[in-house]
Amino acid sequence: MRLTQGTFSFLPELTDEQIGAQVEHCLSQGWALSIEYTDDPHPRNTYWEMFGQPMFDLHDAAGVMAELGSARATFPGQYIKLNAFDATRGVESVRLSFIVNRPATEPGFALIREEAAGRAIRYTIRSYAAERPEGERYP
Amino acid sequence: MDAKRRYTAGVLKYAEMGYWNPDYEPADTDILALFRITPQEGVDPEEAAAAVAGESSTATWTVVWTDRLTAADTYRAKAYRVEPVPGSEDQYFAYIAYDLALFEPGSIANLTASIIGNVFGFKPLKALRLEDMRFPAAYVKTFDGPPTGIVVERERLDKFGRPLLGATTKPKLGLSGRNYGRVVYEALKGGLDFTKDDENINSQPFMHWRDRFLFCMEAVNRASAASGEVKGHYLNVTAATMEDMYERAEFAKELGSVVVMIDLVIGYTAIQSMSKWARRNDMILHLHRAGHATYTRQKSHGVSFRVISKWMRLAGVDHIHAGTVVGKLEGDPNMVQGFYDVLREPHNPVDLQRGIYFQQDWAGLRKVMPVASGGIHAGQMHQLLTYLGEDTVLQFGGGTIGHPMGIQAGATANRVALEAMVLARNEGRDIWNEGPAILADAARDCSPLKAALDTWGEVTFDYTSTDTPDFVPTATPA
Repeated sequence: MRLTQGTFSFLPELTDEQIGAQVEHCLSQGWALSIEYTDDPHPRNTYWEMFGQPMFDLHDAAGVMAELGSARATFPGQYIKLNAFDATRGVESVRLSFIVNRPATEPGFALIREEAAGRAIRYTIRSYAAERPEGERYP
Repeated sequence: MDAKRRYTAGVLKYAEMGYWNPDYEPADTDILALFRITPQEGVDPEEAAAAVAGESSTATWTVVWTDRLTAADTYRAKAYRVEPVPGSEDQYFAYIAYDLALFEPGSIANLTASIIGNVFGFKPLKALRLEDMRFPAAYVKTFDGPPTGIVVERERLDKFGRPLLGATTKPKLGLSGRNYGRVVYEALKGGLDFTKDDENINSQPFMHWRDRFLFCMEAVNRASAASGEVKGHYLNVTAATMEDMYERAEFAKELGSVVVMIDLVIGYTAIQSMSKWARRNDMILHLHRAGHATYTRQKSHGVSFRVISKWMRLAGVDHIHAGTVVGKLEGDPNMVQGFYDVLREPHNPVDLQRGIYFQQDWAGLRKVMPVASGGIHAGQMHQLLTYLGEDTVLQFGGGTIGHPMGIQAGATANRVALEAMVLARNEGRDIWNEGPAILADAARDCSPLKAALDTWGEVTFDYTSTDTPDFVPTATPA
């Protein structure tokens, strides 16, 4: 399967040049970039690990790309995403978030059904990879 | 006029009763309304405006001495400005100010009972339309507003940086629960974020509501597991009574749905009740504007959809259908953009081109996600993104389900077209002009998109709008 979280997951993998153009766009809007990574891509895993602080004071796309390079070198087999944060009053949230690194194989998710009363079913989504301990999930 | 003469029994003109006051300076705390009035022949526009002010506030047709038991001068609404509508023979804009004390806090039913209660049938007027309203911050603060709002909805769904994608299940009537869920599964798995019940899917002989909810949630969860994304189906809980609606909403919650849906026809009080329920239960509340065009479409009479948009932001819905510009349903680009501004901006400046006549400060009230639905397809993605921006749900019903390669392919085509267009826009490309080329490029890696463009690329609905701006731009001397 292919994890399709993030703004551009239905497109072919973005080249570094394309990622750089998105970073430029975010910086031009005054948004702060941040890098997060995880080996637990459950759709409701909100808190991926932070690769450093959000880069509030970095206004140069090349610097962001260098950080991304270092994240990829450290966690080559994990999901890595770039987030752009907008501190404008009334937004104060993420404005763009897209995956820039993913494991070579993505085993996907099992859907566990627990039959309940009145034909209702309680659903649980479980990542096959996350059945293994942290750090050993993606080869 | 002295008080003794003013209150002598008999009939006075509304203007003479104090409902026309061209010297009145509206207070910051007044509620303001702009009406388009078409007086009957022989009725002068100021008197017609005064009559509207009177009939929508304290007046009746004759003088009553009991006015003198109240601070009547402050309770009377005041028509304070009347001007001819540009380019029209017999229509006038009437500005009316209402004291805040005339209204119950936090009640759209009470507000509308005054503002559109009696006055629209008033004989001296041929026609009457409520064009816009201004609500003071003190009044806005008496409403809870959207239970979720755009920002929190995105955070809950973990979807940022692009419009959301949806589709309404078709055919809208007749499918069994099992077959209905099939459409939902295919569309969500193919790449949509949401699917939707249509406005008239409630609980019919071919599909009981519980059956629909169960099959749809199976589809939603399967698609979520297949993609790793949060997905949803707007389960329409519209029903005959509040008790029925609560029962259906509770069931949707029990099954783990992230969103429920209601129709505008349930009425303002029911909408506010469901909004409170949604807030208590962390549920996104989708509103389908079923019925609105009966009173919003014609320019001479009714209520503008921009006013309905304002009322619904106060009443508290998270999604509202607000037009597509390019699709099959009525919508002038400027007017539709005006509705979107009202729904999702923190503050609206006056913008006559977009039909916004008053400044409006939303005082921190959450933003409503406008939904574009009805006759749109992947080939229009550059136009949709340009006109409607990012914080919107684009709903391709036929444009998903009618895809020649199947529903999943239809959904994928829309998602790829959307992501490609957002990527290109962020890169600084001129998507308005380069849009078709951007789509053709994206279609090279995506045969479903190619098939969609081949099937619908040329389809447009190019009819003249009935609801258009009255503002006539004048050239400024250089």
